Amino acid sequence: MAKLFSRSIVAVTFLIVIVSSYFAVKALVGQEQEIIVAGNFILGDIPLRIDALSAWMILIINFTVLTGVLYGVKYLEHYKDKVNNTVLHLSLIVVFHLSMLFVCIVQNFLAFLIVWEIMAISSFLLVIFEYWNKETIRAGINYLIQSHIGVLFLTVAYIWVITATGSKDFKAIQIFSQQVPSALSVTFFVLIFIGFGFKAGFIPFHTWLPYAHPSAPSHISGMMSGVIIKLGIYGILRVILLLKSDFVVIGVIILIVSMLSGLYGVMLAIVQHNLKKLLAYHSIENIGIIGIGIGLGTLGLGLKNDFLAITGFAGGLLHILNHSLFKSLLFYGAGSVYQQTHTLNIEKLGGLVKRMPKTTALFLIAAVAICGLPPFNGFISEFLIYSGLFSGLKSFNFSLSLFMLSAIVSLVLIGGLAILCFTKVFGTVFLGTERSEYAVEPREVSDKMIFPQYLIAALIIGIGIVPQFFLMSLRQTISLFVPTINTTSYSIYFNQINILANIGLTGGLILLLVFILYSVKKRSEKKKLISVEPTWGCGYVAPNERMQYTASSFVKNYVHLIEPVLSIKKSDVVIQDVFPSPQKYESSTYDKIEYYVIDKNVKLIKKLLYRFDFLQNGKIQYYILYGLIFIILIILYAYGESFLKLFLEFYKMF
Amino acid sequence: MISFILILIVSAFFVGWINCAVSNFSGRKGPGIFQPIKDIIRLIKKGSVYSATSSFIFRIAPAVYLSTVIVAALFVPFGQEKAFLSFNGDFILFAYLLGLGKFFNIISALDTGSSFEGMGASREALFSMLAEPAFFILLGSLGLLTGYSSFYQIFNAIHYTFSVTSFISYSIGILAATIFFMLGIIENSRMPVDDPKTHLELTMIHEVMILDNSGFDLGLILYAGCLKFAVYGALIANLFFTSLFPLYLNVIIFFGIQYLYAVLIGTIESFIARFRMNQNPQFIFALSSVAALIYIGVMILIGKFS
Repeated sequence: MAKLFSRSIVAVTFLIVIVSSYFAVKALVGQEQEIIVAGNFILGDIPLRIDALSAWMILIINFTVLTGVLYGVKYLEHYKDKVNNTVLHLSLIVVFHLSMLFVCIVQNFLAFLIVWEIMAISSFLLVIFEYWNKETIRAGINYLIQSHIGVLFLTVAYIWVITATGSKDFKAIQIFSQQVPSALSVTFFVLIFIGFGFKAGFIPFHTWLPYAHPSAPSHISGMMSGVIIKLGIYGILRVILLLKSDFVVIGVIILIVSMLSGLYGVMLAIVQHNLKKLLAYHSIENIGIIGIGIGLGTLGLGLKNDFLAITGFAGGLLHILNHSLFKSLLFYGAGSVYQQTHTLNIEKLGGLVKRMPKTTALFLIAAVAICGLPPFNGFISEFLIYSGLFSGLKSFNFSLSLFMLSAIVSLVLIGGLAILCFTKVFGTVFLGTERSEYAVEPREVSDKMIFPQYLIAALIIGIGIVPQFFLMSLRQTISLFVPTINTTSYSIYFNQINILANIGLTGGLILLLVFILYSVKKRSEKKKLISVEPTWGCGYVAPNERMQYTASSFVKNYVHLIEPVLSIKKSDVVIQDVFPSPQKYESSTYDKIEYYVIDKNVKLIKKLLYRFDFLQNGKIQYYILYGLIFIILIILYAYGESFLKLFLEFYKMF
Repeated sequence: MISFILILIVSAFFVGWINCAVSNFSGRKGPGIFQPIKDIIRLIKKGSVYSATSSFIFRIAPAVYLSTVIVAALFVPFGQEKAFLSFNGDFILFAYLLGLGKFFNIISALDTGSSFEGMGASREALFSMLAEPAFFILLGSLGLLTGYSSFYQIFNAIHYTFSVTSFISYSIGILAATIFFMLGIIENSRMPVDDPKTHLELTMIHEVMILDNSGFDLGLILYAGCLKFAVYGALIANLFFTSLFPLYLNVIIFFGIQYLYAVLIGTIESFIARFRMNQNPQFIFALSSVAALIYIGVMILIGKFS
């Protein structure tokens, strides 16, 4: 029964993917689709538009959800005794998929908020699949509350536009921003940025991410990190597209927040011990990289510098795709590891390469790609952003140029720290020998779970080797932001395509060289004496697996350097007696921003609200009284003026 | 293409030059300058011992490492001769290629499950991360000075403008050479950051990472090190070519600068002790501030410092 059901879910997903991709591809080659659904008097007419931006997002969503469903169906077979839950979970994925697609299509403020809400709630329900786990529920509620705070900001911004223009179409933003002075339209943008920033995970709105991602089942974490947070980016891009405002200020705002997000995300990622939590912090980092691209593009729009605008938006948009690929692959790999070993604590793992070789190879590809290293896809988008930043160095005055330089340095540091982080993860989880006994001997997961991961890996390598095709398919999308791409600045775009073709060639060259060197070695080894011995212990003859470098020791030097920025709790027992006694050392990190922005304020609010504790006394008579008082107050508010007039007239009569 | 061939030639005896200088300073008659490359050839002919803990990562990593350095060498131009691969922003790919090599080196060290190799890997990952910004700030400033964004165009422009602009551009050239010089030392784990000749595994960085490599693999890794030196030497040489001389004189300058570079490394190795490991980060990161100095110098030079 469950099997049949999961098959039908896969079939339904396929159907949705095919239908929506058809329209998306059409839009991506230049035929924008628009249907206006007649709504009621509350919603107004609901325009459904698929332009190239929506189309790009739709294709990304489709691919990620498709691989996620293929992987998830197999992943959930592990929960055999929870048939009802799996059935509900799988059907919710379809709702979730549809709501995400509609977020990209609907262009009516109220209708948008409704589908946005459906998406948030369905993803909340997907996250709390393991509801029997207290931590999961906590993480889910945290996510739900934070995403609603985001909605609050969006609602305020939308109501502002609706009251100012009287229209509920997204196009009203354009009219609105032309009417008001630029300071106000920047304020409007900041509201929108905060609202969508909660979804995207820009700091300081990121705190839900590191809880929600580890608690969700892996295919959901993959989809969340791959696409949900990108919808926040989509919202920001949509508004940039419509806004007519001071783009220099907006670009600078986006750049600063993104640089900080990128650095902070990766700095915290390195010190995590939970594999999925670590990946969640990396999502914040990558959102930062995407943001740097978008901020650069916006700055380019403001300064009428087409090179910056094209490279910035192209890099940002391509990184949206790239991140959705390697991050979902990493999460699926982490899910396979979790399924086989029942732990996500990287200090307890190790030596999985011999037991799960396919998962290891796929995880390695994704890890190299997320570090932005050639010949894989991560490098391509980062390269585009870099070339924009480098050309930005020379085109402005000192302060903007210095700003570009700091963006370059932060991008470089992000890359370097990512290498530190992923060598740590890959090294401790998959390499060496196991650090603790596994409860059940881990085995390679089934081929049906590996298959969707192959698809993603193929695309990761494909983008790395023939990046020019992907930049070409972005042409319509970029032209929405930079219309001159088809005319005066076509040569800039064309040059970038040529450069990317060269990079792809270089990537191919590396793969070829590695292949040649490796096969030469294989051939020459046939004739030689090859022996397999224990690892060289530098003279020590009884090494054991406990003496391996652990993840914590791998990053110890780094932690020492970075300590002032993070809040690290240590408990250390120092030996004081002559003879050694049992020793214990523990360290854990906490997010400083979360402490100051969320925890402290929640504490304050709680303190305030506890004063009204007496209102909640559990007596139903009181509650009816509250209701009555409320109704009277409402009536007074609505008709107070006329009552007063009536009273005054009555008074005059005497 | 010419630069690639010259780099290959120099890589054959660069480390030999360093050893020669070191033994001269210590009053010994050292081995010939071809000894290192002979060692590498001998290693390549030998059989190998693999650790039982290691996996395919360990077997493929040396090949990846050497290929990245070879491809990186293809990006280095020779004065007005174009490099084999050249396009706008090629230096970004250059730096990231070396990063790819490092990534595989590090995970191959972790693959053996040895505590010593993990230690080296940890240091390598941290130090190379800290060294990276200097390279980018430097190339960004040079790009700013010349208005171009590829190795070939930047160096080419420098050759034409160096003779006409002020002292500042000379000092920028010298500062730039210093940075390339230090980066080459850090990349190749030489003194004063790392001591390849130390006797204790606890104090090594690069050498301890390759403890378990042997035979063909070790040969590849050692050769990649030689090649990396020659690549950085070629980058420095590119700052000093001039358009006034014919090609063969520039070739002589190339060899002269590579020789000077090797001797300088040998001198440092003979007279300076290695830094304490926990002071390395400060030293490496300070390189970025030198690069920032260049940036400000360039800003003054092009009159945008307002």
